[in-house]
Amino acid sequence: MSSNALAARPVIYNDEVVKKFVIAAVFWAIIAFGLGVYIASELAWPSLNLGLSFTNFGRLRPVHTSAAVFAFGGSALIGTSLYVVQRTCHARLWGGAALANFIFWGYQFFIVMAALSYVMGYSQGREYAEPEWHIDLWLTVVWVLYLLVFLGTLIKRNEPHIYVANWFYLAFIITIAVLHVVNNAALPISWYSAKSYGAYTGVQDALVQWWYGHNAVGFFLTAGFLGMMYYFIPKAAGRPVYSYRLSIVHFWTLIFMYIWAGPHHLHWTSLPDWTQTLGMAFSIMLWMPSWGGMINGLMTLSGAWDKLRTDPGLRFSVTAVGFYGMSTFEGPVMSVREVNALSHYTDWTIGHVHSGALGWVAFISFGALYYLVPVLWNRKALYSNRLASWHYWIATLGIVFYIVSMWVAGIMEGLMWRAYDKFGFLQYSFVESVIAIHPFMVIRMLGGVFFLLGGIIMAYNLRKTVTSPTTEQPRQGLETPLGGFAVAGE
Amino acid sequence: MPTKIEKDAVSGRDTTGHEWDGIKELDTPLPKWWLYTFYACIGIAFVIFFLYPSIPYGPGYWHGVLGYSQRKMVDAEVAKLTAIRKVSLDKIGSLSFEQIKADPQLLEVAMTDGRITFAENCQPCHGAGGGGHIGYPALAAGSWLWGGTLDDIQQTVTHGIRSGDDDARNSAMPHFGADGLLKPAEIQQVADFVWSNFYGHKTEGQDTSAGAKIFAENCIACHGENGEGNRVVGAPRLNSHIHLYGDARETIVAQVTLPRQGVMPNWNHRLDPATIKAVTLYVHALGGGE
Repeated sequence: MSSNALAARPVIYNDEVVKKFVIAAVFWAIIAFGLGVYIASELAWPSLNLGLSFTNFGRLRPVHTSAAVFAFGGSALIGTSLYVVQRTCHARLWGGAALANFIFWGYQFFIVMAALSYVMGYSQGREYAEPEWHIDLWLTVVWVLYLLVFLGTLIKRNEPHIYVANWFYLAFIITIAVLHVVNNAALPISWYSAKSYGAYTGVQDALVQWWYGHNAVGFFLTAGFLGMMYYFIPKAAGRPVYSYRLSIVHFWTLIFMYIWAGPHHLHWTSLPDWTQTLGMAFSIMLWMPSWGGMINGLMTLSGAWDKLRTDPGLRFSVTAVGFYGMSTFEGPVMSVREVNALSHYTDWTIGHVHSGALGWVAFISFGALYYLVPVLWNRKALYSNRLASWHYWIATLGIVFYIVSMWVAGIMEGLMWRAYDKFGFLQYSFVESVIAIHPFMVIRMLGGVFFLLGGIIMAYNLRKTVTSPTTEQPRQGLETPLGGFAVAGE
Repeated sequence: MPTKIEKDAVSGRDTTGHEWDGIKELDTPLPKWWLYTFYACIGIAFVIFFLYPSIPYGPGYWHGVLGYSQRKMVDAEVAKLTAIRKVSLDKIGSLSFEQIKADPQLLEVAMTDGRITFAENCQPCHGAGGGGHIGYPALAAGSWLWGGTLDDIQQTVTHGIRSGDDDARNSAMPHFGADGLLKPAEIQQVADFVWSNFYGHKTEGQDTSAGAKIFAENCIACHGENGEGNRVVGAPRLNSHIHLYGDARETIVAQVTLPRQGVMPNWNHRLDPATIKAVTLYVHALGGGE
C-alpha cells in the first residue's frame, strides 16, 4: 500500500517477545485488579487484614501498586514499545532474540522478586520505589539493556524520520532510568543483607522521593502511554495524526515542565515555601502540554468517529484520552496550594490517581491489547466484539463508581478535618471521619469489582481470539519460525 | 529522502509527507485556543513567581511581594483559635470542678472540649465512650484501678501511670513466676482459686484450698482478703466481672507468672491543665465517675 521504496523490502519482525509481554500484561492486569479489590475491602472492613503480617494492608498495598504500574503497565509499555519501534522503524529488533527474551524474563523476575519482598516485609518505604537495593540493581541491568535494544532499533531504522510514538517511548525509558538510579541511591547494611539505608535525609529525601514519584507518573504513566496512543489510535482509526506541529510542541513542553512539578506533593510540609511555589507554578504550566496529547488523540478521530461504533478497542483508546484530559486538568487544580490544603492526605488523591490509572493507563492499554492480539496471532478479528463492549461498559461504570465515591469521601474528609466548632475546638475527631467515609469505601470496592470483572472478560475474550477456530485467518504469505511474516505497510 | 505531501480529503490539510507503517501526519497548525491558554498559564506562573516566595538565587530566594509565609499563616491561625478558646479555658483552669459544674455554659464548653480531646487522645486505647479494650481499662464501667473521683482522674491524666513522670502513679506486681517466687504448680493453684472464687467460675466440688493458702500468703497485701483490690497501689479488684486482661483463666496464670505492667502517658507534656480538667469532667461523666 505504501509507495515508500524501502517499505517494499520485507522485514521479519521479532513478534515473539511482544506476544510474551502481551500475555504478561493480561495476566498482571488480573492480579493487580484483584489485589486492588482485596485491599479496598480491607479499608472498608479492616478485619480482612486477617491479623497476619503478610496479608496486612501495609504490605499488600505496594504489591497492588507495583502490580498495576510496573507489572501490568510496564509489560504493556515494553511490549507495545518493542512492537511499535519495529513497525515504525521498519527494522527488526536490535540485539537478537536472546537479548529480547532476557529483557522479558528479567523484567518478570524483577516483578516477582519485588512482590515477594514486600509480602515478606522488605521495603525501602519509598512510594512506587519500594524494592530494596539488590532488586533495584537487577532492574537497572534489565532497564539499560531495554534502552540499548530500543535505541539500537532506532539507529538501524529504515525510515528517514523517527515517529512521534518513539520519542515518547524513548523519553519514558531514559527518564525512568535516571529517576530509578537517583531515587534509589542507598547503602546496604551489608552485602548479605536485604536492608539498606537511603542516601538522603530529611526534607531533601522527601523532595527526591517526590521528584521520582511525580515523574514516575509523568514519564512511566504519561509519556510512555502517550507513545502507545500515538501508534494505536491513528492505526485503529485509519486516519493521519491530527497535527505534527502540536506533537512536537507538546512533547518538548511536557518533557520540560513535568520534571519540575514534583514539589506539589509536599505542599504544607517543611519543604520551603519557594520550592512549593515552583512546583505549583510548573504544574499549572503543565496543563496545556498535557492536553496537547489529548487534542492530538481525539482530533485524529475526525473523519473516523463512526468507527467507535464498530471497534470496541478504539472506543477504549478514545475514552482513555478523555480520562487523560480529565485527570491532567484535575492534577494542576489539586496542585494549587489552597486546593491542596483541602485535598492533601484525603481520598480525593486516591480518586485522582485512579482516574489516571484506570481511565487512562488501563483503558489505553486495553485498546492496544484488543488491537494487538488478533494481529500478533494472525487472527482475522477479535473472538467477540460483544464481550469487548461488555468489558467497556462494566469497566467504565467501575471507574465512575471509583472516582465519584473518592471525590465525595475526600472532600468530606478534608472538610471534617479542618472544621472548628463555635468554642474554637475541633469539630470532629479523626476516627469520626473514618466512620463517615465507610459507605464510600464500600462503593469504591464495588467499582473495583466491576473493573476486575471487565478485566476477566477481556482475558477470556483474548484467549478465545487466539484459540477459537472461528477467528482463524485463511493462510496468506509465508510463515517463518521467527514469527509472523509481516507484509510491509499492511 | 523523497517525501510525498498529500491533501487529506476530510480536513483539507496537507500531510507532512512522512509515513510510518501506514501512519501519516497532518500539517495542522497549533490550535489557537491551545496556544493562548498555554501562554496564559505561563503568564499566571510568572505572576505567581512575583507574588510568592519562588526563585532561588545565591544564598537566598525571592520572597514575593505578598509577604507569604506558611509558618506565619499557621501561627496566625493557631493564635486566632487560641484566643477564642482562651476565654473559657482560663475560667476552667482557675475554677474548681464544683464551680465549673455549677455554671451550665462553662460546663458545656468543658464537655465539648473534653469530648474532642478524649476522641483524639484517649479513645485509641480506652475505646469510644470509654468502653475499654483488653489491657486498657473500661472507663465507663467504674472499675477504677487508681480511683474514679474527679481529683483521682485529673491526677492520673496529668501524670500518667508508670510514665516516668515524677508524680506518676507507680506500682509493680512482683514477677511471681519469672523470679521463682512461686512454682508453676502453685501458680496453677492460685489461678484456680482466683478464677473460681473471684471471677465466678466455681465448679461443684472443686477444692481450691491450696490456692487460697497461696493467695493469703502472697496476694492479699495488695489485692485484699476478698480480692477487693487497693486503689492506693493500683491493685485491680479481682472479685468482679470486669477484668483488665480478660476473663480467661490463662490470663491469671500469665499475669502471676510475668505481670504486664501497663503504662499510661503523662498528658501534661501534651495537654494544658485546663484541657486536662475538661477531659477529666468528660471521663467522669462517661458512666463510671465517683
